[in-house]
Amino acid sequence: MTMEMVAMIVAGATIAVGSIGPAIGEARVAASALESMARQPDLAGTITRTLFVSLAMIESTAIYCLLVSMLLLFKIGPLFEKAVEAAQ
Amino acid sequence: MPNPVEDMVLFTLGPIPVSRIIVVTWCVMGVVIALAAVVRANLRVRTPGRLQQVVEGMLDWLGAEIRGIVGRPPEPFIPLVASLFIFILAANLTSLVSSLVPGLKPPTADITTTAALSTVVFLAVPFYGVSDVSRTLALAVRLFGNMLSGEILFGVILALVPFFLPLPLMFLSLITGTIQAYIFAVLTIVYIGGAVKVSEKHEAKETAQ
Repeated sequence: MTMEMVAMIVAGATIAVGSIGPAIGEARVAASALESMARQPDLAGTITRTLFVSLAMIESTAIYCLLVSMLLLFKIGPLFEKAVEAAQ
Repeated sequence: MPNPVEDMVLFTLGPIPVSRIIVVTWCVMGVVIALAAVVRANLRVRTPGRLQQVVEGMLDWLGAEIRGIVGRPPEPFIPLVASLFIFILAANLTSLVSSLVPGLKPPTADITTTAALSTVVFLAVPFYGVSDVSRTLALAVRLFGNMLSGEILFGVILALVPFFLPLPLMFLSLITGTIQAYIFAVLTIVYIGGAVKVSEKHEAKETAQ
C-alpha cells in the first residue's frame, strides 16, 4: 500500500467521521428553532437570523474536515509519496 | 480530477502571477461596477426603474438587518456590508456560468479570495471597535469550503451522470451561493456590532470614572 492510498483512505475517514457531529448539531438547532418559531411566530425574524448564524458556525466544523481531506488528497499525499520515493 | 485547492496561473504581470481566479474576479468586479453605474445614471425619485427598486429593496433589507443586530442607525455600516454582500453574491452566482464552461470556478471557491475578503472584515472591525484573529480565519474557510464543496459535488455528478441530474444541483448552488453571501454579511455585522458594543462599554466605564 502506497502512502498516497493511505492518504486517500484517511481523507475518506476524515470527512465521514467529521460530518456526523455537525449533522446531529444542525438537526437539533433546526428542530428547536422550528419549535420556538411555532410557539412565538412574532419572533420568527430574529430566530431565523440567529438560526442562520449558528448553522454557519456549526457547519464550519464539517468544512474544516473537508479542508483537511482535500489537503490530504492533493497536498500531503503526494508529498508523502515523494518523500518515500526519495528515501528509497 | 484537477487539484481544487490550487489554481492555474494564466500569465505573469511582472513579478506577480495572475491566475484564472483573478481574471474571473476582475470580470465580476466589472459587471458589478457597470451595474452600479447604470443604476446611478438612471436614479429617479418619482418613477424609479426596476433595477433601482431591486437595489433599493436590497439596501433597505440590509439596513433593517443591521438595525436589528447592532441596534443603531445602519448608515455607517452600509457601505462595507452591502459591498461585501453584493460582491460575494455576484461571485457565487458565477458558479452557474462556470458550470457551463469547463475548468472555470467561482472566485469564492478559492481560498485567496475568501482570505482577502475576511482580511477586509478583520481590518474593518478595529475601525469600529476591537478585532479577533480566529474568527477571521473561520470566516474565510467557511465561505471557501462551502463554495468548494459545491463545485466538487457538481464536478463528480457531471462526470457520473452528465444529463439532467446536474440541473437540480445548479438550483442548489444558486440557493447555497445566496445563503453564503447572506451569512458572510450577517457575520460581518455581528462582529462589527459586538466590537461597537464592547467599545461603548469601555467609553461608559471611562466616563463613569
